[in-house]
Amino acid sequence: MWWRSASFILDRQQHQNRTVAPSPESFLLSSPPPMADSPLNPKSNISAYYQTRAAHHAVVTSDWLAQAQAAVGRHSDDDGSLGDDKGAAPIGGGGGGGEEEGSGKAFSVIDEFNSWRKQPALAEAVAAIRALAAVIRTSEATTMMELEIELKKASDSLKSWDTTSISLTAGCDLFMLYVTRTSALEYEDFNSAKSRLIERAEKFGEISCKARRIIAMLSQDFIFDGCTILVHGFSRVVLEVLKTAAENKKHFRVLCTEGRPDRTGLRFSNELAKLDVPVKLLIDSAVAYTMDEVDVVLFGADGVVESGGIINMMGTFQIALVAHSMNKPVYVAAESYKFARHYPLDQKDMSPARRPIDFGVPIPSKVEVETSARDYTPPQYLTLLFTDLGVLTPSVISDELIQLYL
Amino acid sequence: MDPRRTARTVSDPKVRQVGFFTPAPPERSISDPPRFQDPIQPPSPSPTQVNDHSPSGNSLSPVMIPPAHHHSDNFLRTALQVTSPTKAFSYSAKTVTIPPENEDVASSFSPGRKVFSAKSPSSFPGVKASSVPASELTTVSVVNLPPGISEKAGGASVEVQNDRPVSAKTLKEKTSKAERRALQEAQRAAKAAAKAEGTKASSAASKVVTSANTKPSKAAKSSSQKNDGSQVAASEKKGGDRAPEKDRKKDAPHPRMQYDDKSRVEKAKKRAVVKQTEARNRVELFRHLPQYEHGTQLPDLETKFFELDPMHPAVYKVGLQYLSGDIRGGNARCIAMFQAFKEAIKDYSTPPEKTLIRDLTARISSYVSFLIECRPLSISMGNAIKFLKNRIAKLPLALSESEAKSTLMLDIDLFINEKIILSEKVIVKHAVTKIQDGDVLLTYGASSVVEMILLHAHELGKHFHVVVVDSRPKLEGQLLLRRLVRKGLSCTYTHVNAVSCIMQDVTRVFLGASSVLSNGTVYSRVGTACVAMVAHAFRVPVLVCCEAYKFHERVQLDSICFNELGNPDAISKVQGREEINYLDGLVNQENLQLLNLIYDATPSDYVSMIITDYGMIPPTSVPVIVREYRRDHLWS
Repeated sequence: MWWRSASFILDRQQHQNRTVAPSPESFLLSSPPPMADSPLNPKSNISAYYQTRAAHHAVVTSDWLAQAQAAVGRHSDDDGSLGDDKGAAPIGGGGGGGEEEGSGKAFSVIDEFNSWRKQPALAEAVAAIRALAAVIRTSEATTMMELEIELKKASDSLKSWDTTSISLTAGCDLFMLYVTRTSALEYEDFNSAKSRLIERAEKFGEISCKARRIIAMLSQDFIFDGCTILVHGFSRVVLEVLKTAAENKKHFRVLCTEGRPDRTGLRFSNELAKLDVPVKLLIDSAVAYTMDEVDVVLFGADGVVESGGIINMMGTFQIALVAHSMNKPVYVAAESYKFARHYPLDQKDMSPARRPIDFGVPIPSKVEVETSARDYTPPQYLTLLFTDLGVLTPSVISDELIQLYL
Repeated sequence: MDPRRTARTVSDPKVRQVGFFTPAPPERSISDPPRFQDPIQPPSPSPTQVNDHSPSGNSLSPVMIPPAHHHSDNFLRTALQVTSPTKAFSYSAKTVTIPPENEDVASSFSPGRKVFSAKSPSSFPGVKASSVPASELTTVSVVNLPPGISEKAGGASVEVQNDRPVSAKTLKEKTSKAERRALQEAQRAAKAAAKAEGTKASSAASKVVTSANTKPSKAAKSSSQKNDGSQVAASEKKGGDRAPEKDRKKDAPHPRMQYDDKSRVEKAKKRAVVKQTEARNRVELFRHLPQYEHGTQLPDLETKFFELDPMHPAVYKVGLQYLSGDIRGGNARCIAMFQAFKEAIKDYSTPPEKTLIRDLTARISSYVSFLIECRPLSISMGNAIKFLKNRIAKLPLALSESEAKSTLMLDIDLFINEKIILSEKVIVKHAVTKIQDGDVLLTYGASSVVEMILLHAHELGKHFHVVVVDSRPKLEGQLLLRRLVRKGLSCTYTHVNAVSCIMQDVTRVFLGASSVLSNGTVYSRVGTACVAMVAHAFRVPVLVCCEAYKFHERVQLDSICFNELGNPDAISKVQGREEINYLDGLVNQENLQLLNLIYDATPSDYVSMIITDYGMIPPTSVPVIVREYRRDHLWS
């Protein structure tokens, strides 16, 4: 059982240390800056996952731009140094030791992961997979067991680096299973086994990359001419689906929610406008008002949980509720590496993922702000999930997970 | 007898057909064969019905041949095939009890016999006199009705007779081998039934019918069963009829003994070790379940101790403990049973000229049937026994006796450790993650796993409050409450009546289960469904904790077709409070039925999550676990 490894406890301890003093990476991520005038929003418990998303997909605000400009120089430095890392491969003692310094001298799975993560097209899980593959590549272990332990350490440290990211956790777990569950490993000498591992890792990364294409192909049957699609937030899979549909000369209309607070919906509507898809922007509170003209609701997902429900950007649940009560189909496009062994019972039954919310005006300190970045949509409000394993009903998710993990 | 009861028959919702064995509603029991037993033909309308629609009878196809075992129809055909009226009359000589009014009624409706039995409760006085003649009437007279009285009655029976030859002819022309065989069987069965008539009548007379339900309908019902039963008995009497009987068993094996099947019950009684007196007033819907007079078994069993030659003392002891209720709870019963079997295996030596595998399996089977007599098996025990028998069957032949025995004992220990004790620990580990500070947890009854969860969460220093919901008559919750309070948990104790009041403060409901079936239905202590439904209505998550060895691939939609009946006295009396025992002296009243169910089925809609050794899964994934890990359970 992977979650019982000793390194996990060690890493958690380190993680706790780190949350006290934020590591340099979190500054480099060029998130929307915390509001200076807001007394809330303690920096330490902001979800890294949602910061990245905001950085990639949010609409650029002027004050953020200034911050970003300042950060750009450091970005390129960082990339360069990381490139060096990969080329020269000075090897540290796995993830556990590397992340402590954060200097970029020793190989660190976290740095590797962050460098991959900066590519907007690359999903977090795929970035994690690539980073773990790099761990295998740069490892100096001489036995299989050593390598496995190192890999486990690296994946544990990655997971504990950002506990709010479900796809990161799921990606790491799946990678570990995929890589280590090969019977052939036992009969080979170490070097060929290692190269086989690398091969498998690469293959897995490829499969994960292809997942989005597969989903886009699978979901074409569900987008028909003349339909109106409601989307929420920015999802790369959903964009891929709609792009493919537009390429297939389908005529459809898209309603985009604004996606407060990082306004990812605006960005999404921009992307769609580039494809010449008729698109209409809604504020988040106008969903129920427009639901009667909607034919299909299409979401992405941050994570698909064992109950068959999804964890997604805040607001998904209420849209699903409205759609359910108006008998509109709710589809979810999600890659299989987002399947996670979580089972939230209700909204509060998840580790909280916080993010700052910009209200535009200073909020008095007596007013509390709900800063949660995501919500949980129970399976009974979802119609189908488009995954690279096929088009699944919510109840099949658990079956797939059982078969994947047990 | 009296009009009041007759009136109730009509309003009685007897249409509800439960499972595959509950008595068919009387109006169907006679003309429609029970579908599932029919191995040869697809379900088809019985000829009489068809005739009404197409009097010419030309449209009759071989498909419409009634199935073999339904002997009222077959009888007709037999008679007609022979085409000698005298023979037919010789059968019909027995038709004494049909009053002419009945024929009128029958003729006014088209499917003659259907009406006949459906109307019988209200329309004829003669039948209602007692149940015995009624049963005779439905079994015998129907059979012989058309040839006998057709001339004077006219109506439906004439129609029947007119069409008969046509159908018989088409039959003769088109019969395939299977059909001919079916015919033959039918003839045999018919003869046998006629022979069995006498014995059956006596058995029917001896049967005490004290049900408070309306007598006529009941009589019709029991007779319909007897119909079946007599056939079975008949075919068992005649050696030649064994084969079809066997065939049928293969086709639709009876999953359990049906206690409303008279002949089988009689047979079982002969075999039985424990002499049990059956309870008298049983509730109509639950007649297929065994119910015995409480307290009649134990003394009898105790006296038999030295006579029970093949029974191992350890098994005997466990059986007694089941009977007296000293051991209860799925896991405890299962472990006790396995410990006893282990003892038995330890002391076992293969008799000369027998092989260990076969003899031991037989031995275990006899132990199991003894235990069943003490108390019906739980599903978990059934699974465990299946495991053990599989292990025995899979023993390599080369093993010596001592080796085989030690392997088996090891297997039993492994099962207890892995499937019960370890999986409980895993469940606790999973479930504890769902308990947060400030939670109010509700539990019902006393489940060992839930208790472990609560205690463990308390040990971890979580601050939560426990609501223990309990119900009469067992009051198991008090036992749980005692242990929890001793460990310092803060608890509330209430009865299930108050569950809707307390539910609004609850954040999680933890329930144990006797079994989880493959449609996600949770089969558990009676009252669980009620608690789960109230929780669902208040949108409180319901977590069911159940070890995977208790999963079963069966599908069950209600708690009627498979259940256990407890001692009815337990609900009619309150111990220690003489002043409120209003039912004293009424218990044997025939218009009072006491129903003390042990289990109920909770539909999966009301269950948010099932916590099992394989993690937390939605109820929809139970079949996956059953499918993927059955191999694990049985052959690992």
